[in-house]
Amino acid sequence: MNSILTIHTVRFILLVIIQVLILNHINFLGDINPYTYILFIGLYPVKNNRIALMFLAFLLGITIDLFMDTGGIHAAACVFIAYLRPTILKFSFGMIYEHQSIRFDSVDFGSRLTYFALLTILHHIILFSLEIFNFSNIFIILKKTLFSSIFTILLGLILTIIFSRKPK
Amino acid sequence: MQQIINFIIRNKSFLLFLLLFGLSILFTIQSHSYHKSKFINSANILTGGFYNSINEIDQYFNLKTQNKLLTEENKTLRSRIRSYGIKTDSVVTESKTFGKPYRFFTANIIKNSYSLNTNVLTINKGENDGIKQDFGVISSKGIVGIIDKTSANYATVISILNTTSKISAQLKQSNHFGTLTWNGKNPYITQLIDIPKIAPIKVGDTITTSGRSSIFPKDVNVGVVKNFKLDQAENYYEINVRLFNDMTSIEHVYIIENVDKDEIINLTNSY
Repeated sequence: MNSILTIHTVRFILLVIIQVLILNHINFLGDINPYTYILFIGLYPVKNNRIALMFLAFLLGITIDLFMDTGGIHAAACVFIAYLRPTILKFSFGMIYEHQSIRFDSVDFGSRLTYFALLTILHHIILFSLEIFNFSNIFIILKKTLFSSIFTILLGLILTIIFSRKPK
Repeated sequence: MQQIINFIIRNKSFLLFLLLFGLSILFTIQSHSYHKSKFINSANILTGGFYNSINEIDQYFNLKTQNKLLTEENKTLRSRIRSYGIKTDSVVTESKTFGKPYRFFTANIIKNSYSLNTNVLTINKGENDGIKQDFGVISSKGIVGIIDKTSANYATVISILNTTSKISAQLKQSNHFGTLTWNGKNPYITQLIDIPKIAPIKVGDTITTSGRSSIFPKDVNVGVVKNFKLDQAENYYEINVRLFNDMTSIEHVYIIENVDKDEIINLTNSY
C-alpha cells in the first residue's frame, strides 16, 4: 500500500515538473503544446474510489494553473475527466472493467488507445473552450483540440510504453 | 430529512463534481476579468521560487542574444546623450525638468508565455523592491505589459499578448489615439482600434504609447503599422501593429513607476 502511495506521489510531481519545464515550451507551429500530465488521471488505480480521484484531479489541475496563470481551466478539465473516468473505462475496456481486474500494462493496445484518446479529447475540449471562452471562435477551439490531442495521445502512449513495468 | 441525506449520499460523487467544477469555473471567470484573480497566480513563493531557480540556469542559454540587445540599447542611449548635450549646450536647465515623475526598476522575466489567449509573465521583483500593481513594464525595444499581482519577491505581468489587456496608444506623427488590444492569434501582431477615420495613416507609421493613462509615459515604442481597415461602422480604423518587441524571447525588462499617479487619480476621481 505504501509503495503505491509513493509511486503516485512521485508520478504526480514528475508529471507536473515535466509539463511546466518542458512541454509548455514546445509551442509547435506557434501554439500547440501537449498536456501529458493527465496521464496521472489515466493511470490512477481503477479500484480506488471516485471521490479521492476527483480531489486529486482538482489538485493536479490547480497546480498546473498556478504555474501557468490560467485561472482554473486545467482544474475544470481535470475534474471533468476524473468524474467521467468510470464511464470511459467501461466503454473502452468492457467486461474486464466489470471484473475490476485491469492492469494497464497488460490490456491490449487497441482498448488502451481508445481509453487514452477519449480522456485526452474530452480534457482538451473543456480546456480550450474555457481558455478561449468565446463560442464565435469555435473553429480555433476545435483546431487546437485536434492538434494538441494528437500530440498528447502520442506522447502519453510512448511514455506508458517506455515506463511499463512488465515488458512482454 | 432522511430523504435529503439519502439523496446527498447517493449522489455524492456528482455533487462533489459540481462543487469542484464550479470552483474551477469561478477561478477561470475571475482570471478573465482584469485584476480580479485572487489566489491562482504564479507570483507566490512556490511557483515563483521554482521558476526563479530554473531561470538561473536557463538564462545562460541565450546570453549572446541578450547581450546583443543590451549593447544595441547602450548604443541608442549614447547617441541620444550626445545629441542632447549639443542641444542644451548653452541653455540653463531648470531643476524641475529633471524630476520627470517616473522611476525605473530593472527586472528579469522568469516565466514567459505567448501561446495562450491570456498570457501572463512572471518577473523576479516584488513588493520588497517597491513594485506595486499597475506599474508599466517595458523592454529596451518597446512595451511589454502591466504589473498585475505582487508577492514579496515576485510579480506577475499582464502581457500585451493578453485578450483582456487594453493600453492607450497613439500614432506618433498625428497624436490620434486609440486602444491597443490583442485578438489572440499572432504573437508578433497586435491590434490598435478606435483610431478616428480622419487620422492620416499609412503602412509603416510608428505607434507609441499615448501617455494619457497614468501607467506608461508618452512615446514608449510599440510597433509599426502593418495594415489597416475601417471597422464595421466605418467610423474608426482597425490597425494591425507589428511589434518592435519579439515577445517570444524577452529577458531583461524595466518597470516604470509613475510617482504622481495617486495625485492624478485623485484629481480625475474628484469629478
